[in-house]
Amino acid sequence: MNGVLTMAGITLREAARRRILWTALAAGTVLLIVFAVALKLQVMEFASRPMSPFLRYQVENGMLMVGLYTCDLLAVVMTILTSIDTLAGEISSGTIHAIATKPVARWEILTGKFLGFTCMVAAFVGITFAGTVAVAYFTTGVFPEHVLRGFALIVLECELMLAMTFALGTWFSTLTVGVLALGLQGLAFMGGWLEQVSGFSQSVHIVTLGVASSVIIPSESLWRRAAFEMQTPLAGSLSFSPFANVSIPSGAAVGYAFAYLCVTLAVAIWHFRERDL
Amino acid sequence: MIATSELAIETESLRKVFGSQVAVRDLSLRVPRGEIFGFLGPNGAGKSTSIKMLLGLVRPTSGKALVLGQPANDVETRRAIGFLPEDFRFYDWLTAEELLRFHGHMCGMSGSRLHERVPAVLDLVGMTPHAGRRVRGFSKGMLQRIGLAQALVHEPDLIFLDEPTSGLDPMGRRMVRDILRGERDRGATVFLNSHLLSEIEVTCDRVVFIKEGSVVATRDLHAQGDGDVRVSVEAHGVTEAMVAGLAQWASDVIRAEGTLSFTVRAHDALPKIVRYLAAAGAEMYRVTPERTSLEDLFVELVGEDRGL
Repeated sequence: MNGVLTMAGITLREAARRRILWTALAAGTVLLIVFAVALKLQVMEFASRPMSPFLRYQVENGMLMVGLYTCDLLAVVMTILTSIDTLAGEISSGTIHAIATKPVARWEILTGKFLGFTCMVAAFVGITFAGTVAVAYFTTGVFPEHVLRGFALIVLECELMLAMTFALGTWFSTLTVGVLALGLQGLAFMGGWLEQVSGFSQSVHIVTLGVASSVIIPSESLWRRAAFEMQTPLAGSLSFSPFANVSIPSGAAVGYAFAYLCVTLAVAIWHFRERDL
Repeated sequence: MIATSELAIETESLRKVFGSQVAVRDLSLRVPRGEIFGFLGPNGAGKSTSIKMLLGLVRPTSGKALVLGQPANDVETRRAIGFLPEDFRFYDWLTAEELLRFHGHMCGMSGSRLHERVPAVLDLVGMTPHAGRRVRGFSKGMLQRIGLAQALVHEPDLIFLDEPTSGLDPMGRRMVRDILRGERDRGATVFLNSHLLSEIEVTCDRVVFIKEGSVVATRDLHAQGDGDVRVSVEAHGVTEAMVAGLAQWASDVIRAEGTLSFTVRAHDALPKIVRYLAAAGAEMYRVTPERTSLEDLFVELVGEDRGL
């Protein structure tokens, strides 16, 4: 256990030194400012004409979802980019030789690194998520429905992609891991949209394609479940958006995503333990 | 025959195959505890792969490897092992002191022991003035020094060093030599892989030569008189009769103006020859046994450069 904690500590420190993390945080801050200005303008515009408080709340809740979706995208991309070379890079550079010859099992090295990145990802999502929610609340009074569930699902989505980059990193070079991980996230993104489109076009084949994509990589379905949890039913009924309640991933889908994460992490540990370094 | 309990490393028919390429063919080694052991061979002989197998970084395809009496991949045994990789690299944002603390923590050292050992080992490798500097700004030689320090910080019983003097200036090489002798005197075993045969010659107690993944020879560098020794003598007044009399101890005797050279089977024949020549009336100014250098032996055993 000493090995896990020591590796988690050094990984967290290393991750915190990555320029991409601070760039992502800076980007998050800029987006938050843009979001705050947009919300303020919307509030002023609503105040200039008669409007039912109920409808106003629904629209503002929808805008909040735009902000949270931006947080989600930024968090997933940041997770992938900061973690793609933690294993692949250290294996190819030989840095791993000085670590893997210490009295620490390889599963402890990998688990420690995963734990370190988990803390970083949770902190990043927490900061950007809380910032977005706070801006929306203090500007419009809108607050997400099931905020903690939404937060947990977004963190789970990032963790899933983290496990994927770890697993890929035990096989491939840094560049290949990056291409594959971003490609898989792209597939998940497209799958989510295909399921939304299916609600619009009623095409069974498109549904099948969307579901198949979510089975291959279920990260985007976690966002759609998070959106469902956090928005009001009326805002969710806007049928052509990344937040629409057209095709809501079930609890079983969330369970599948969690199992997918665990299996992917187990595969990463198994292959890292078995391979030559 | 050395008992197994006195061996730091023991391998039997160790073999590693990568795809269709045989990296290590059949490595059988016995490394006694408390020695500085040189591991020699040409590029591509399988030295690095062998070390990686002994450290559990690479799985053998077949064969047996025991390190400190335990299987080579035993995690707990690594508490007693230190390793300096050939091209030591680590998180370059750490300071030298932080790097050593991290490696000490990984080896399970307590805070109080680290407090005592880190400054001591920094001093040992001459890095005390750079303790607070980040590794990023280190030269190749400084990286080797801090890499050596991380291999020694937990006072291991067995130390693997892969080209430890690479990138070091003559003072640095001398420092490494002194450190290795100090470690041996402490009771540690040092397994040294180096291309600098002159360094090996003055540092190691024993060497093994490997070629194409198999041991081709082992030499005890402290042994005297094993094998033929060519001797040259600077002397005047050597007669044909004296040359004939040398046949009882020596062969291939060559007499020239002021010099005499011959081959003796055993080193201890030399005092007898000197006494014989002096008694016969020869005036001797110098007697020099010409030992075969490790470099000559290397070329003889391993063959010419294959350009690898």
